[in-house]
Amino acid sequence: MTLLGWGCSSSSSKSEAGNQESQSENVQKASDGLTSFQLKNGIGPITQEVKVGPLDQKLVSKGEDLFENKCSSCHKIGQRYVGPDLKEVTSRRTPTYIMNMMMNPEGMIQKHPVAHKLLEKFATPMANMHVTKDQARAIVEYFRSVNPNTQK
Amino acid sequence: MSFQQQIRNIFVGGIAIAVTAFMFSGCSSNKSKIGNDNAAEQVYVPPGKHDTFYSFLSGGWTGNISVYGLPSGRHLYTIPVFSQDPTDGYGYTEETKALFNTSHGFIPWGDTHHPEFSKTNGIDDGRWLFVNDNNTPRIARVNLKTFRTDEILELPNTAGNHASPFTSSNTEYLTAITRFSIPMSKPLGNGRDVPIASYKKNFKSTASFVKVNPHNGEMKLDFQIMVPPFDYDLGRFGLGPSKDWVFFTDYNSEEAHTMLEINASQKDKDFVLAINWKKVAEIAHEGKGQIVNATYDHNLVDPKTDVAKTEVLHKVRVLKPSDLKGLMFFMPAPKSPHGINVTPSGEFIAEGGKLSTVIPVQSFAKMETAIQKNDTTGSISGIPILNYKDVTAHEVKNVGLGPLHNDFDGKGYAYATAFISSEIVKWNIKTGKVVDRHATYYSPGHLSIPGGDSRKPWGHYLLALNKITKDRYLPTGPEMFAGEQLFDISGNKLKLLLDFPVEGEPHYAQEIPASIIDTGQVKYFKLEDNHNPYVTRKEKDAKVVRNGHRVDIYMTAIRSHFMPDNIEGIKMGDTVYIHVTNIEQEWDIPHGFALMGMRNAGMLIMPGETRSVKWEPRQVGVFPFYCTDFCSALHQEMQGYIRVSPANSNVKIVYGTNKDLK
Repeated sequence: MTLLGWGCSSSSSKSEAGNQESQSENVQKASDGLTSFQLKNGIGPITQEVKVGPLDQKLVSKGEDLFENKCSSCHKIGQRYVGPDLKEVTSRRTPTYIMNMMMNPEGMIQKHPVAHKLLEKFATPMANMHVTKDQARAIVEYFRSVNPNTQK
Repeated sequence: MSFQQQIRNIFVGGIAIAVTAFMFSGCSSNKSKIGNDNAAEQVYVPPGKHDTFYSFLSGGWTGNISVYGLPSGRHLYTIPVFSQDPTDGYGYTEETKALFNTSHGFIPWGDTHHPEFSKTNGIDDGRWLFVNDNNTPRIARVNLKTFRTDEILELPNTAGNHASPFTSSNTEYLTAITRFSIPMSKPLGNGRDVPIASYKKNFKSTASFVKVNPHNGEMKLDFQIMVPPFDYDLGRFGLGPSKDWVFFTDYNSEEAHTMLEINASQKDKDFVLAINWKKVAEIAHEGKGQIVNATYDHNLVDPKTDVAKTEVLHKVRVLKPSDLKGLMFFMPAPKSPHGINVTPSGEFIAEGGKLSTVIPVQSFAKMETAIQKNDTTGSISGIPILNYKDVTAHEVKNVGLGPLHNDFDGKGYAYATAFISSEIVKWNIKTGKVVDRHATYYSPGHLSIPGGDSRKPWGHYLLALNKITKDRYLPTGPEMFAGEQLFDISGNKLKLLLDFPVEGEPHYAQEIPASIIDTGQVKYFKLEDNHNPYVTRKEKDAKVVRNGHRVDIYMTAIRSHFMPDNIEGIKMGDTVYIHVTNIEQEWDIPHGFALMGMRNAGMLIMPGETRSVKWEPRQVGVFPFYCTDFCSALHQEMQGYIRVSPANSNVKIVYGTNKDLK
């Protein structure tokens, strides 16, 4: 069943391992068609840049709970697991990018050159856990709280 | 060239000529046998495109429902219903086992005959699909949002549940009537242990009416009616003007109990039994009839926990014909009629004459008039018999040999199968005249037109459900799949479009436009709505718990690892329950679970659901387990180990993933 999904769905996130040529071609195409907003903030339901302020502790604890439920099977803070270490993810990516990555992992992996490159490295595509916009925002706040570079 | 070579060349050449000649004669002598010139275009569904109709076929002795797309004939899915499926764990997992309980015990198999959509205002609505088990009388309900069996209701006081489960216009009731009469316990009969030869005295039949909850589809055996010990074959509720009535065919009005092939074919006429179900239901709800003891199981998947549970029921209300004066009538019909169908207008009732050469067409209006005039020719068990000529609108002649079933196109025509002469015969409902016919390959039982048994046939296609396959496909030994044939009936003439093989032996099918079903499909189960008592919603909650000799493993699965994937401390003599929750929330990302030496079944766990399997290890050792459903590029890495130690060892329960065991 899964194989069918891989084969048929053009919106599917996955590229087959070993098919390097078409992968790099996809990267080329992907970056070609993207706006500078998309390159910086990702592709997905968040199309206005999300501004963050001082750390909101209430939001942090909500985000921590969501992270444990929906993300911790594949991500740890401070170590690589199935996916990348997310301790300093807010230094690498904008809050908007992170939210789009959570809410539209299939589209991001397929169309965004940075997300696509990560799939080559980690091989397991990021799962869509159907987080809402509010939930994604809370998880970003949690990521900010664990990043030592965040001004607190 | 040696002599032997010359001889061989002559032989090979000769065979080639013979084969070529055969092929040419095969093609040119019977063009219709290979379809029409533009048939390929009409059935071609390009890659990535969808069929326009779903077709749900009973699997017959597979006990399941097979789903095909039309017009392509592509096999889309098989819905396990009455038969256990060790390939995904249906009927083996702790969540699904209870669906198979009956008063006879656990039954792993069934014989599905008639899939039937729920209806609203006489039109198929695509909410549920009901199907009968002919062998151990049961009705199952399939949820068409998940393509899963959610409920199975056993029926007491009956045997051979063939004329089932046809639906009334708003799915108020489903039918079930006895095909194989049986002796019954007191007070309905004289006890169940009687000589078979005392059939006429001691054997009984019932017509069962199963009420359907309009909100959630749940079934309840509302009441039964005692009827004479004939073999009731098929049934239909009326439509439109006749919607308050239900009609059943019967054969064996001779009441034979042996060699029915001869002994049930003696009389020139058998009957259609007509019952005013609406009024009977009102009377039953007023408290008429008798509540009798009967043991039967009702198996229902709890919508909250997704776990099937069995309720053993002990009572049923039974009415007798003497309670129901003016509400039940026999209409004579020639000879051992098989199928029965009500026209979309609800005005006419047509049977398959089977051993007769005509299709009798009764008029509902004439039946009502005859009832008003009280014009009867006697009675059986208190049920008056109407005059054949009073109720018959016409007999369709020249319908071929062995007419079995009719279905309707919504444009004024009926299509009948002729089993013995292997053909589909098109006839005009109003005039009874045959207007077209087409050979089938071979021996069709039922046929099915999309919506053809409803008030609003969608028409366009006709599916012939052939009983004999023989030479239509590459041979596969003595047994082969059944062969279906798709016809285009949009024009005046039947056009053969496609042959396609189907699993099992479908008896009947239901088609519905894809758009009615495909928009509401459940694509994954929301983890927050998973209330299985053994759910593990996040990896942190995964655990292994010993309670005496019972060990429960609470495990998660996500691309591409299990948590925990290393487990120690299981001992010989333990009963281990492995509860796997697939914590994915994406469409078409199931995970499988297989464990070396597992004797019952593998499991497929859909995104967001929990499935549990019982394991009683028989060997000491370390047993690998793994995901059986290819889930990601690292699927091959999705594996783990369980250690089983001797009963007297002191290995403690420890478990974990990617770290030291705790």
